[in-house]
Amino acid sequence: MTTASAAAFVRRHRTGLSVIGLSVVLAPAPLVLRSPWQLGVLNLVAVNAVVVLGLNLFIGYAGQISLGHAAFFGLGAYGSGVLTTAWGVPPLLALPVTAAGVALTALVVGVPTLRLSGHYLAMATLGFNIVVHHVFVHWDRVTGGPSGLTGIPSFGVQGVTLHGETRQYYLLWGAAMVALTLSVNFVRSGLGRGLAALAEDEVAAAAMGVDVRRGKIAVFTISAAFASVGGSLFAHYMGTITPDTFGIFTSIDFVIMVVVGGLGSLWGSLVGAAFVTMLPHLLGPFEGYKEILHGLIVVVVLLVLPRGFVAGVVELAKTRLARRGSPATARVVSG
Amino acid sequence: MSTRGADQSLLRTSGLTKHFGGLPALEGVGFSAERGQVTALIGPNGAGKTTFINCLTGILRPDRGSMVFDGRELSGLPPHRIARLGIARTFQNLRLFSGLSVLDNVLCGLSARAGDSYLEAFLRTPGLRHRERRLWLTALETLDVFGLADRASVPADALSYGEKKRLDLARAFVSSPKLVLLDEPVAGLNPDETDRVGALIRQMCRGGATLVLVEHDMDLVMSVSDQVVVLDGGRRIAAGSPEDVRCNPLVLEAYLGKISATA
Repeated sequence: MTTASAAAFVRRHRTGLSVIGLSVVLAPAPLVLRSPWQLGVLNLVAVNAVVVLGLNLFIGYAGQISLGHAAFFGLGAYGSGVLTTAWGVPPLLALPVTAAGVALTALVVGVPTLRLSGHYLAMATLGFNIVVHHVFVHWDRVTGGPSGLTGIPSFGVQGVTLHGETRQYYLLWGAAMVALTLSVNFVRSGLGRGLAALAEDEVAAAAMGVDVRRGKIAVFTISAAFASVGGSLFAHYMGTITPDTFGIFTSIDFVIMVVVGGLGSLWGSLVGAAFVTMLPHLLGPFEGYKEILHGLIVVVVLLVLPRGFVAGVVELAKTRLARRGSPATARVVSG
Repeated sequence: MSTRGADQSLLRTSGLTKHFGGLPALEGVGFSAERGQVTALIGPNGAGKTTFINCLTGILRPDRGSMVFDGRELSGLPPHRIARLGIARTFQNLRLFSGLSVLDNVLCGLSARAGDSYLEAFLRTPGLRHRERRLWLTALETLDVFGLADRASVPADALSYGEKKRLDLARAFVSSPKLVLLDEPVAGLNPDETDRVGALIRQMCRGGATLVLVEHDMDLVMSVSDQVVVLDGGRRIAAGSPEDVRCNPLVLEAYLGKISATA
């Protein structure tokens, strides 16, 4: 009876418990990793994870494509940067204000753009990214032009700012865990199922009462807001931003993170973000070949593990167990 | 009864017309479905049956004519709005969400009841948890009725063809819709599976469902229908009880005649 109620408790709160479990695993990293540089890489993983979780809702769940999310990431970073440096807005306020503005931008962009799908949608979002990047480079007066913005303040509460990689680590990973919880919640809701349904078959989804058009626009807007929050976190963490960071290659990197982690696998998104972010740092002297390697990795993942790392590895393990014969299954059944 | 019944039709179309290019797919079709009855829509291939269903469900926009459902005009409404008025359908070519589990497929049939608040969904509020639990129970009950309870966690793709057909039915019936449009529910099934689906359809009728049945299987049509409407070349050529239609010379010529010629 108690084990049954405990099982029910675990079932009901499996998202929360998993996130807590992951947090416990991640929490001691600053104690283990001595070098601030290593911690810095992990911090970038957290920033990218926020963006990739949102993008996975759009690409992995709703089955759409965007090659322009670095634009929303950049708008978030520049929004936060300009609001804090030129207007003196505190970072904690700049982040939500910017996210709301970027969500509105995504709504305006999404309403006409999301009439497209497939290659056309990819081209349209790519074009949007190029336009936004162009604005970052050439609107000197506001964006600082090619040399970007400097002196963007860190997050702080009542004069106590969060300096140092360790404090930033907890802040950024805290944000990533919140993003993870929110998106896992979302995909378990009726609206999340509606997205999965429209990704499979728009006609059938509409026949079940799913508002396909509204769903696509909403999830595009939401994923842009996630990207904007990622951008704000990035700006306040780095203190300096330049337009190069927000070009189309970053957009493609985000898509690679989604694909490597697994389309529709939110936990995989963390793995994808970690893998692709760390890769150039692990490559050392071969860093110059980063772009080639990225391309190669995507091809290999799509060929070998088309559902991404996490889902793919789980599947492989299951197949192995099944192949080992019935004893494994029998044990589960009798146990 | 018969005069008042005409006003009480759950669904009534008149002059429904749809052309593809210059070709008429529907030409002034009048049709009605009475509450609690099974109205069959039959006709040879290309008669316009699926076009008719696609117009009713908002997938196609008719050129002319009216479609009144439960006192509301359907023309111009988008498909999801029509679904939310209480019209569910199955698909001739299935259109299951093949990557989703069987249970999730049926839960998708309950989309209208799942809530529309994104905030609630992201925060997974207690209200949403309760609602999800109720939907989950409803979905499992329906899977049980359609003989798929033990397949709930399997991807829809992994089902046999007969099971897929039943899942398509379960997905349509789970929301207890006011009207269900069945587009060839037994096409491609073997006799045993056909009997099974036939029994399920009868069971749903006894439960008070109003059905429009598009089907080529005449045994099924004749045994479950209250009314039969015959289309040929986009026009309604006959309507009446199964017995009337069976003896109608126009129908014999257009439809049953072909069957007897091939038999």
